[in-house]
Amino acid sequence: MGQVNATGALDRREVVQKLLAGRKDLLVVTGLGSPSYDVMAAGDHDNNYYLWAAMGSAAMVGLGLATAKPDHSVLVITGDGEMLMGMGGLATIATRKPTNLTIAILDNGHFGETGMQVSHAGLGVNLDRVAQACGFGWTREIRDMAGVDDLRTRLSSRDGVKLATIKVKAENPPRVLPPRDGVYVKNRFRAALGHAPL
Amino acid sequence: MSDAGPTPGSQVDWRHDVFRILKEADVKHMVYVPDAGHSTAIRLADEDNAINSVVLTTEEEGIGYLAGAWLGGERGALLMQSSGVGNCINTLALQACTRFPLLMVVTMRGDWAEFNAWQNPMGQATEKALNLMGVLTWRADEPQDVAPLLHGAASMAFNGDAACALLLGQRLIGEKQWVK
Repeated sequence: MGQVNATGALDRREVVQKLLAGRKDLLVVTGLGSPSYDVMAAGDHDNNYYLWAAMGSAAMVGLGLATAKPDHSVLVITGDGEMLMGMGGLATIATRKPTNLTIAILDNGHFGETGMQVSHAGLGVNLDRVAQACGFGWTREIRDMAGVDDLRTRLSSRDGVKLATIKVKAENPPRVLPPRDGVYVKNRFRAALGHAPL
Repeated sequence: MSDAGPTPGSQVDWRHDVFRILKEADVKHMVYVPDAGHSTAIRLADEDNAINSVVLTTEEEGIGYLAGAWLGGERGALLMQSSGVGNCINTLALQACTRFPLLMVVTMRGDWAEFNAWQNPMGQATEKALNLMGVLTWRADEPQDVAPLLHGAASMAFNGDAACALLLGQRLIGEKQWVK
């Protein structure tokens, strides 16, 4: 334990920009707070589903979506605090082993939205090792952009459930706010997949 | 008031009705934290290749899961015990703010003839807590009421993008035998 992992060196906006470059039909779910702003900063998209609440739910939304859409690749982008609140979901996801689901945790080791208190990840809990112990097929701790690039190439492979913790700097870039109308975002996302509103 | 002896609905197999009505509602995902009252539906879901049967570590996982399945165009239902409703409260905001069909089937504890009083606080608060979060609720205490009430709840969830819960009362499920 200790704070050896409290911060990484990567720029979160640069990481997300890189992950989503050339995204094609990738479906993206974001955890509340900074990951939603990071994905919005990389460009709004009909295939983005932004969470503004329900902390701990991002990975499970990804599981439900990946199960219903096995012919699409699904990427969950969330933070270490959000993933910690739903850590049991890693066990549930591991039992299902959706080959088309990847979870990317932007791990700054802190609760960035609430005043930068150190998180469990910052105190030494390695979420990628938790996922590995649960039975994820591929896990990594990523500390450089080459690792991010490698992850990007794996997003469309659909060859096993994956999770990466990406060590980013503990900082809050200017907020870029995605739409807060959840019904609008839901209907837009579904429409892009050919599903009509009620 | 005696609960011994046959009742008009005693020939109705409500445990199978739960699964049958969910299938008729085109449910493709049954996600659950186990409860004895749900054991038949869970077993039938496990055996059905057209159903994704997903065991959860905690009930609120099911709300996120079903939100995601609906984004992908598929219907599901969340099966749990009344104690699990307490675990779901904050996550119900996801349904309130995005309005996707959320169908829940809740087996009651702390409701009638409860031996373990530690179940009573959440059991007594279950329906009120759901209503406070905007969930529509129905209660079945008689076997013959399960199928029509579940059909109605499913209909209003999937036709109204609503959160709907059917509570299966402890009198329906039967008194738990603690000492055999």
